Amino acid sequence: MRAIAPQPLLDLANVSKMFGGVSALSDVSIRIPEGRIVGVIGPNGAGKTTLFNVVTGAFRASSGAVTFADEPITHWPSYRIARAGIARTFQNIRLFASMTVFEHLLVAQPHQGAGIRRFLPARRADPEAWRRAEEALAFFGLAAYRDRIAASLPYGIQRKVEMARALTARPRLLLLDEPVAGMNHDEAAELRTLLRQLQDRGLTILSIEHDMAFVMTLCEMLYVLDFGVLIAEGSPAEIRSNPVVIDAYLGSEA
Amino acid sequence: MSTYYAGLFADVGILLLGALSVYVILATGQLSLGNAGFMGIGAYLASYLTVTLQWPLTAALVAAALACGAIGIIVGFPALRLRGIYLAMATLGFGEMVRSFFLNFEPMGGSGGFHGMTHVSLGTIWLWAGGVLLAVLVLERSRLWLELRAVHDDETAAGLVGLDTTLTKVGAFGFGAAIAAIAGGLFAHHHVYIEPANFGFERSIEFVLAVILGGSTVGPGALVGAMLIVMLPEWLRVVADWRLAAFGAFLILVLLTRRQGILDRPLLARLAFRRSAA
Repeated sequence: MRAIAPQPLLDLANVSKMFGGVSALSDVSIRIPEGRIVGVIGPNGAGKTTLFNVVTGAFRASSGAVTFADEPITHWPSYRIARAGIARTFQNIRLFASMTVFEHLLVAQPHQGAGIRRFLPARRADPEAWRRAEEALAFFGLAAYRDRIAASLPYGIQRKVEMARALTARPRLLLLDEPVAGMNHDEAAELRTLLRQLQDRGLTILSIEHDMAFVMTLCEMLYVLDFGVLIAEGSPAEIRSNPVVIDAYLGSEA
Repeated sequence: MSTYYAGLFADVGILLLGALSVYVILATGQLSLGNAGFMGIGAYLASYLTVTLQWPLTAALVAAALACGAIGIIVGFPALRLRGIYLAMATLGFGEMVRSFFLNFEPMGGSGGFHGMTHVSLGTIWLWAGGVLLAVLVLERSRLWLELRAVHDDETAAGLVGLDTTLTKVGAFGFGAAIAAIAGGLFAHHHVYIEPANFGFERSIEFVLAVILGGSTVGPGALVGAMLIVMLPEWLRVVADWRLAAFGAFLILVLLTRRQGILDRPLLARLAFRRSAA
């Protein structure tokens, strides 16, 4: 019998990840309800990025199960997980070195079906993808940089390109790895507004963040990792007053 | 055209195919030093089909390309686990394996080589070389090529935006091997005699050199590279015994000043612009 509560969009059940004898994640269970903005915090080396790598299929969980939209994705390859609707950004921006901004937005919309059409030029192969890329260009204010090599643009613009690339494919879940790192106060505020807009459109967001002020004002729910172990979960207010968390993390850094 | 130049142009055409076979694999970020192995298989297979089974050349080349494409796919799977220098070494090993196989394979002459092929015309060689070059140029404008470039630039990120990196890399290996097989089949019917030593690792290196010299990021680079590698030592005959040293110096100079090779996308764009402006 299923519980009455609706299935979360992303469900990690007792996930562990070992590297040799070292355990990067042990027995982590996380449930992300659809339409929410959830944060994962923890000191460096707590296993936050490992968690993302397990969810996106870059690493395979040593044990436990990952379920996304009722599909068991634990052993799926990355590209299948991406096509199922999970997109991510990276802590260190990872763009395609030879590509223009527009090409990034095109290539991030892979054809779902196989197809002989892929042998056609991108525009004719998938006019819909072309149109969506143009739309994303306008939405993110990147139109002026359309045909520039993305990696040669200023850092702030590169971040936008990465975000646009992640969102052009219309994911259901967006994973953000330290999205405000290197941003000033205004840029962070702008990003917060954008993420709220996306939430209103139905996007679910899971964010790793070091910037406490940002996390506390953005997320509705937080998970705290320390040495690969989940030590707390709850609302920002609950986390702030949790003695275990203060001891492990907030006390030393915030 | 003198027979001398005809011979040189035949070499250019065959080298162009060899260079393209490396280029399409390199486009996914994989360096293969074993394409002479695929070329050798193609050469022996096509020769067997035309000489022993009396097939027409075209059919033999197509069959050799398909067979080698399948072998390329098989080689492509273990190659997925290797990167950079390790992949280069493994493919080099594959090439040497093929060479020593034919050295010991008596039904096709072993170390004595194999002959009896009908000489192929320069026109036929260039019909194939030009056709394959054109196919690669068309492919370069496709959606698929954009995906290849993504895998080349950042494989992890490519997977995370939903691209099937395994299929892309293995497919490129298969396609590259098929092109190398055509180069081999034409080589065999141009020289009308083949022996295992024709397909040693120096030839694999020559393919890679043509791509790197001509421009490793654009298809026409293979053409420029193949032309230079065949023609330059001839034009440098004025410096007699020093011609290979002069060629080597030229190569180092090009790579020091243009790491991406002679042709690249910005240069092609400028050339195209000048043409349309004129």
